[in-house]
Amino acid sequence: MNAQVQQTSDQPDESGHFGEYGGSFVSETLMHALEELREAWLRWRNDDEFMARLDRDLAYYVGRPSPIYYAERLTQHCGGARILLKREDLNHTGAHKINNTVGQNLLAWHMGKQRVIAETGAGQHGVATSTVAARLNQQCVVYMGETDIHRQAINVFRMRLMGAEVRSVTSGSKTLKDALNEAMRDWVTNVDDTFYVIGTVAGPHPYPVMVRDFNAIVGREARKQMLEQYEELPDALVACVGGGSNAIGLFHPFIGDRDVAMYGVEAAGRGLNTEEHAASLCAGKPGVLHGCRTYLLDDQAGQITHTHSVSAGLDYPGVGPEHSWLKDEGRATYVGVTDEETLAATHALSRMEGILPALESAHAIAYGMKLASEMRADQTILINLSGRGDKDVQTLAAIEGLEL
Amino acid sequence: MSARISASFQEGRCSLIPFITVGDPHVDWTVDIMHALVDGGADLLELGVPFSDPMADGPVIQQSSERAIERGVTLESVLNTVREFREQDQQTPVILMGYMNPVERFGEADFPAAAAAAGVDGLLLVDCPPEEAQVLHQALEQEGLSSILLVAPTTREARLDRICGAASGFIYYVSFKGITGANRLDADALQAPINAIRSRSELPVAAGFGINDAESAQAVAAHSDGVVIGSALVKLLAESEDREDAVGRARDFVASVRQALDNS
Repeated sequence: MNAQVQQTSDQPDESGHFGEYGGSFVSETLMHALEELREAWLRWRNDDEFMARLDRDLAYYVGRPSPIYYAERLTQHCGGARILLKREDLNHTGAHKINNTVGQNLLAWHMGKQRVIAETGAGQHGVATSTVAARLNQQCVVYMGETDIHRQAINVFRMRLMGAEVRSVTSGSKTLKDALNEAMRDWVTNVDDTFYVIGTVAGPHPYPVMVRDFNAIVGREARKQMLEQYEELPDALVACVGGGSNAIGLFHPFIGDRDVAMYGVEAAGRGLNTEEHAASLCAGKPGVLHGCRTYLLDDQAGQITHTHSVSAGLDYPGVGPEHSWLKDEGRATYVGVTDEETLAATHALSRMEGILPALESAHAIAYGMKLASEMRADQTILINLSGRGDKDVQTLAAIEGLEL
Repeated sequence: MSARISASFQEGRCSLIPFITVGDPHVDWTVDIMHALVDGGADLLELGVPFSDPMADGPVIQQSSERAIERGVTLESVLNTVREFREQDQQTPVILMGYMNPVERFGEADFPAAAAAAGVDGLLLVDCPPEEAQVLHQALEQEGLSSILLVAPTTREARLDRICGAASGFIYYVSFKGITGANRLDADALQAPINAIRSRSELPVAAGFGINDAESAQAVAAHSDGVVIGSALVKLLAESEDREDAVGRARDFVASVRQALDNS
């Protein structure tokens, strides 16, 4: 393998299509705002000052680069490939989500939009948006499903501490997808002065590509660190996939490295053979949701189905269109991990490495452990530890019957 | 394009276009309500195809949609409803309004023929701009169905040309930036954008969003060829006690708006 050659993909096309996926499926009222956003992003991504400011924020506010850590005891425990962790959990606010909001909020500021809105599931994206909004003195409204507000109470309070208004969404399944609907309704109503900070690589064009670009810092860094620290690229990348932003962030700079396998880990909830999971790539079909064509979970009549996962951040019936494309192309492999396996991995990483992973990221840990045990000792797996588990402490305690 | 739709817009008369969600308040009442709307003076009927994630709709139509889904309404049963309506009414045009995914799941290739066979005249997909619908629009046209497209206050000139070129039947002007049922209507603000559409297209222009009674319909009718009333009617029907009550409410409400339009 020539590790120096780095080809990135030529997707999407000009109108945001990754093969047959992606595009802009929104009501007419938003088409102009999307056009404006596309133009702004094209302009500022080529602006030296903007990019220098972004780099400074990533270095001194977010705390980048995040290290690659060798999980030695976990590796020994699995008895196979060397397990490395990309420590996105060490970022300010505790997850990869801030890579994106540092960028989008700054873009909003340059576009003269004083008000930012966001949807959130686990609350990580809401926290990341409200955090950067506080710093840029932007008004911030976060939409969050009523169910998620209960299971992520700590993050709700964090957002309020940052001065954000958290609006409870009581329609539909009262989770992430409904929060996204409500944020879209806000945006269509306040489109002139409002910037919608989407938290994942889904939604209408240009969000999937813009959010990917902001998160690709993870993969660019990781690729460089691998070559510097280990003088080789990993044999496999593993990342959890809800909407898929941390996974795309890690995968994208490696797409041209054909010898690097990529595994996206979806939430299999209570099992892929039940109806209680959130694995749109493993068990869904292509359809249209939240502005893009992509794999999704729906019934025979095309109604989006309710999903289940122990982790609120993966509890989403769609997925970013680039993942749909990577799946069909065979470039990435998508697998499911159950709630039970996730909890076991959470405990394993905590006990063996002293790292409490977010429940979302623990899906990747669980699959990475399984994969490592099937690989040789001279091989390497890089797992994206996309977030820390502090926000999940109450959920974990409740599962053990404890009330904190 | 649908002959029934073009026949329903007449010179010097503002068309009245009521919207109801199929299956709400009751699956068995929808056809009777449709006939009652026509009796009351509706010129064209817009049937809402319920969708689980109606991003462009306000709470009234969201909840109506949720109730209809709970009662088992699907795109297929919507077509059956139109078929049943057509047994007695071959004149009044019927268009379907909804979102892309149910059509996608039905089969983008199969849907136009099935809809035409059921007696549907046009399709309005809220989340499907013309850029993403070229294949679908062609298939609809082949079956004689109209592609109803939206123009919004935010639509700029270049897109307006494109939309006017791709639309058929009539053009639906979204009267404000917002969701259905919101209270943001400014009828006088409609004149300039509707004139801009008219300078580019021969098609009639109907305005919708925020029109909730005879008075607001009358104000909008001064600028448009048609008015769409959705949330107000859906809310009124949701409060009905039984079939007879629902049918009466539908007829009386439409008649009161029709009268106001005819008197203006």
